Amino acid sequence: MSLLAFHDVACDRGGRRLFAGLSFALGPGEAALLTGPNGIGKSSLVRLAAGLSAPAAGRIDREAPAALAAEAAALDTELPLAAALGFWAALDGGRERVAPALAAMGIGHLAEVPVRFLSTGQRKRAALARVVASGARLWLLDEPANGLDTASVAALEAAIDAHRAGGGAVLVASHVPIALPDAQDLRL
Amino acid sequence: MSAFAAIAWRELRRAWVGGGVMLPVAFFLLVSILFPFAVGPDAKLLGRIAGGVVWSAALLAALMPVERLVGPDMEAGVLDQFAARGLPDAGVALAKTVGHWLGFGPPLMLASVIAAGLLGMDGATLVRVLIGLAIGTPGLAALAVATGALTAGLRGAGAVAGLVMLPLALPLLIFGAGEGPGAVKLLGAVSLLLLAGAPFVAGAAMRMGRG
Repeated sequence: MSLLAFHDVACDRGGRRLFAGLSFALGPGEAALLTGPNGIGKSSLVRLAAGLSAPAAGRIDREAPAALAAEAAALDTELPLAAALGFWAALDGGRERVAPALAAMGIGHLAEVPVRFLSTGQRKRAALARVVASGARLWLLDEPANGLDTASVAALEAAIDAHRAGGGAVLVASHVPIALPDAQDLRL
Repeated sequence: MSAFAAIAWRELRRAWVGGGVMLPVAFFLLVSILFPFAVGPDAKLLGRIAGGVVWSAALLAALMPVERLVGPDMEAGVLDQFAARGLPDAGVALAKTVGHWLGFGPPLMLASVIAAGLLGMDGATLVRVLIGLAIGTPGLAALAVATGALTAGLRGAGAVAGLVMLPLALPLLIFGAGEGPGAVKLLGAVSLLLLAGAPFVAGAAMRMGRG
């Protein structure tokens, strides 16, 4: 049973066909690395996978819910980081998972700092911590290594490895090299 | 806490810290104060138009928070996160409406007591206005969320919001400021209709915005 499966999917954006005839499946423990030049439709594919938009053709089967980390951090800037993540963790049914997730992304010391004072890279790590804390089996990461330093990329790779070892699957769109052992290579 | 309650609570909290509660109230009182200056200190005349003045001020005050109800959440990716969790768009819009009303309706009713004093409104009219606001503001809140969703992402959303929202709010104004039991019933009907329909409009607009 796959957690995410694309069957002959086509995607249009602004009246333009970005890609067509795309099929792949992600089972437990598997990963896919999505690469390609700017504007080819990597982010659109991740949005399709998350169910945020409908494909122009084909079918997408997804084991709901998936955890999404996209470009926007979606954290309330006036709240302390732990509280901002706590809102989402409460929706996902596990507020106690926030602290370990923050520690896994190396931002445990920022828990009480309001989100508006965080740097770009720290916000990115916070968005990834939300994915870690979500408990979802399917992770969808759009350019997760953007703005991250080397140590944070290593922390991200470790988190992905742990997730896959626990039976999770991950789809990563990235133009920055990320170590994903035995990942399917999806080149648009 | 359920997702619905969590979203409504977040809306109320953000309104409180972001000035979304106090600004409409201050604007409401300011508009109410303008009328005595405009029509002169004729207590009898003011008392007679006070009910209509309060409703007009309430409608204008309802426009104030429209821009921050949906647009910032769309921009910050919050709506995407709700959708990725499989939450229905109309449900999110209704939760936002409930949260928005809690920070808008009751404060406005309190402020209308002050406005009643400023305008020399008699007790019977004040009671009628308060009952009308209690019935009408939920519909006004639903309309505000739908307008916010329709204009989210537009440049100058605030100005467009006024053009979209005020004509649709006219029935609330007419029946809210009207007298007699028939007006109250019709006000309730309009408010219910908005409360039931607007979240679907807002949900569709949010879905289109994602597409």
